[in-house]
Amino acid sequence: MLIAVLLPLFITLLIPFVSKFKQKFHTGIFVLLIPLGIFIYFVRYISEDFSPVSASYPWIPSIDISFDFYLDGLSLLFVLLISGIGTLVTLYSIYYLHKSEKLAHFYIYLLMFMTAMLGVVLSDNIYVLYSFWELTSISSFLLIGYWNYREGSRYGAMKSMLITVFGGLSLLGGFILLQLITGTTSIQEMIAQSDVILDSPYLPLILVLVLLGAFTKSAQFPFHIWLPDAMEAPTPVSAYLHSATMVKAGIFLIARFSPIFNAYEWFFIVVSGIGIITLCWASYMAVRQTDLKGILAFSTISQLGMIMAMLGFGTEAAVFAAVFHILNHATFKGSLFMIAGIIDHETGTRDIRKLGGLMTLMPISATLALFGTFSMAGVPLPFLNGFYSKELFFENSLHLDSGNLWLAEFLVQAVPYLAVFGSIFTFVYSMYLLFGTFTGKKNLDELPSKPHEAPLGMLVAPAILIAGVIIIGIFPNLLNENFLAHAALAVSGHEVHEHVHYWHGWDSPAFLMSLTVLALGTLLYVFRDKWTGIYKSIPGALSFNKVYDNLVAGLDRYSSSFTKGYMNGSLRRYMALIISTIFIVTLTVMLGTDGFSFSTDDLAEITAAEILVAAMMIVAAFGTIFPKNNIGVILLLGIAGYGLALLFVFYRAPDLALTQLVVETITVALFLLCFYHLPKLRPIKESKRVKITNLIISFAFGGMMTLVGIAAHSSKWFETISGYFIETSHDLGGGDNVVNVILVDMRGLDTLFEICVLGIAALSIYTMIKLRRNKEER
Amino acid sequence: MTRTNDLILRTATSLLAFILFGFSIYLFFAGHSSPGGGFIGGLMTAAAIVLMYMAYGYDTMEKVIPVNFRMLTPAGLLIAVTTGIGSFIFGQPFLSHTFTYVHLPVLGEMELATAVLFDLGVYLTVVGITMTIILSIAEDR
Repeated sequence: MLIAVLLPLFITLLIPFVSKFKQKFHTGIFVLLIPLGIFIYFVRYISEDFSPVSASYPWIPSIDISFDFYLDGLSLLFVLLISGIGTLVTLYSIYYLHKSEKLAHFYIYLLMFMTAMLGVVLSDNIYVLYSFWELTSISSFLLIGYWNYREGSRYGAMKSMLITVFGGLSLLGGFILLQLITGTTSIQEMIAQSDVILDSPYLPLILVLVLLGAFTKSAQFPFHIWLPDAMEAPTPVSAYLHSATMVKAGIFLIARFSPIFNAYEWFFIVVSGIGIITLCWASYMAVRQTDLKGILAFSTISQLGMIMAMLGFGTEAAVFAAVFHILNHATFKGSLFMIAGIIDHETGTRDIRKLGGLMTLMPISATLALFGTFSMAGVPLPFLNGFYSKELFFENSLHLDSGNLWLAEFLVQAVPYLAVFGSIFTFVYSMYLLFGTFTGKKNLDELPSKPHEAPLGMLVAPAILIAGVIIIGIFPNLLNENFLAHAALAVSGHEVHEHVHYWHGWDSPAFLMSLTVLALGTLLYVFRDKWTGIYKSIPGALSFNKVYDNLVAGLDRYSSSFTKGYMNGSLRRYMALIISTIFIVTLTVMLGTDGFSFSTDDLAEITAAEILVAAMMIVAAFGTIFPKNNIGVILLLGIAGYGLALLFVFYRAPDLALTQLVVETITVALFLLCFYHLPKLRPIKESKRVKITNLIISFAFGGMMTLVGIAAHSSKWFETISGYFIETSHDLGGGDNVVNVILVDMRGLDTLFEICVLGIAALSIYTMIKLRRNKEER
Repeated sequence: MTRTNDLILRTATSLLAFILFGFSIYLFFAGHSSPGGGFIGGLMTAAAIVLMYMAYGYDTMEKVIPVNFRMLTPAGLLIAVTTGIGSFIFGQPFLSHTFTYVHLPVLGEMELATAVLFDLGVYLTVVGITMTIILSIAEDR
């Protein structure tokens, strides 16, 4: 199974070599074999007595991550969709993409995506699932931005990336919590421990995080906005990713985890609530679109909302209906996308306002579109699969069991009406899509190219999908027992015996709902000129695209203004920020740990000479703040330095005193030198601006450090090590100057690196001066 | 540029420089037992050389002390590191020092410590860096 999943990824390595010969034979022909092979491999599993198959390959065993693959009915359904539609899309793309395009890029991304998607649906390990999940986001990003010279493609790719990766990261958070609670990384073991998860206090958080992942991927309200912009991708990509596979990854995730969350009453409210809102909003918005792929994008969103709602219902019948509709939607939506691509390819435009009357010119496409759209609309004809799943949806929306929550009760009341509402609009846009394109007035002059029927090879893929629509339509129970029932079992956790009826009878409420949809939908379609003005006020300004754009632009603007606010390039500002940060952190820690202390226990006697020197230094230090000129400041600094040397003498540190004297002399000399070389242009005798804030910061910081020093002196917890040095310096170090013995013998390594520092300083000064001169000479 | 006659400065320097040299060498060797050591000794030597540079000028000094002071820094660092590595020969950790007392004919009992070699490295480095800094700034007109 690992080979089947990773095969497309490995094949990508060969694509660049194969595409060298793309002038002779299309790269797609080579690629076609891979999904076909995978499809054939997996289709053998369809049987009535199918039982789950699992396989495990170690990856990072130490943290319990391995390629655990688990093939149950649900995975099988998705795997067959991915590989089957993958085959058809590849076939279609051979005719759709011209040889002058970058074929190698396209097929590498596509195969990468195929691996990712197969990995998502087959993984049993949450982290492996997450890895593949992000790979779908990345490959989808690459595919949407395939024509990267177009502004729209880049925008759409970026948008889908931001939204799906946001969801992906939430999902990772949810997964980590799940692993913490259950102690396992296997989904099947988590399902076995679902009562542990249901008892956990983190359950709401987990649900929110996991659902965020699923909703963003499956373009649920209000994260649906990326899907219409993803229509900038080449049409085979839209057909594959954005109708049949990737957008169903979120559906898959919810289906996969619904045995865990199903018993939680908020699961129904959130999933069904969001699903039904998505259904209504997207089908309502689809009518407004003028771009063929735009209509199909919103249509996909609304159909996904419908599946989501059914998964939220959670009853066995609803789960069966959801699974059934996943299959049905993939067939008719994939074909409709391909037909939209054909129309685009043959006429040069996808704008439905320019199209019309293509029926006689493109009869085969028109026929295929007829079946596809009627199936999508759920027109009650017994040879369209969309009708059955819609009918099952209506049926299930009427038999909901509300929990104790008032919100759930409210939702149960509202669902049937909203379902009908959404379906009416579905009907309207389906009819608009069909009749707007293929009937009405021909305006061939406005079209960029002269329309004619597509090449046969291009029609094969949609024809096969439409054949699927009709076959399932005529024999709706064909795949029930040996295929869909297993999938429904995996989702609901119970045996599902559902039989799709051709006919529910006149008195069946679901049928009456279908008739209502048909009647009102026809009415709305016929008189659509009269009411479409409503779109100007609703949504009007209430567009989620605007929210997204403002969010992205605002984030950009505010973060840059925030950065500019404190990164103003002034070193004084940074210094003030650093010092006050140290002050605040130190103060917090000292106050928090009750660290201040004051004790006068082991203080030495203060002599008059010390006081005198200290007073001199204080005066000198204060003097530097109020300079008449810079030379004065330098000399005052020198006084402070020599005072320090004197103090070293008092404190019996002759080595330090000697060094301090010489170093202070050199420093003063260097300061004077710098002063001498200061450019004339700069005002030298500038009196410092007294900034109140700087004053406060320096006083606070100085006071703080004094207090810290006192506290450090007042709380000695250990004996110092100096006793050891004094005792052993003669015997072990062979010297009586303890300081020197420490410097060269006991702590010689420090000294070694200190002289390295000096060497580097000398080198830098030398190079700085010499290089500058060289530059001037040039 | 006209120079004033700095006879007093030069005469005083020729005397003072030797005293300073002598004092710096004393500081260096005394370092292990009394205040002093490689660092302050090196600074003091540098001070003597700088004094001579001030009195006699750049060109004269290059003839008197034909040493490239920049090379003293790596030489000093090399000595310091070598004394550290030397302890490996005796199977000791890096920078282990040892010392011994020997009886020399004239000087009497003397202490010989490997730490002095390390200090020599420090000394040379300090002389080198001080002179490098001062001379490169002074040359920069």
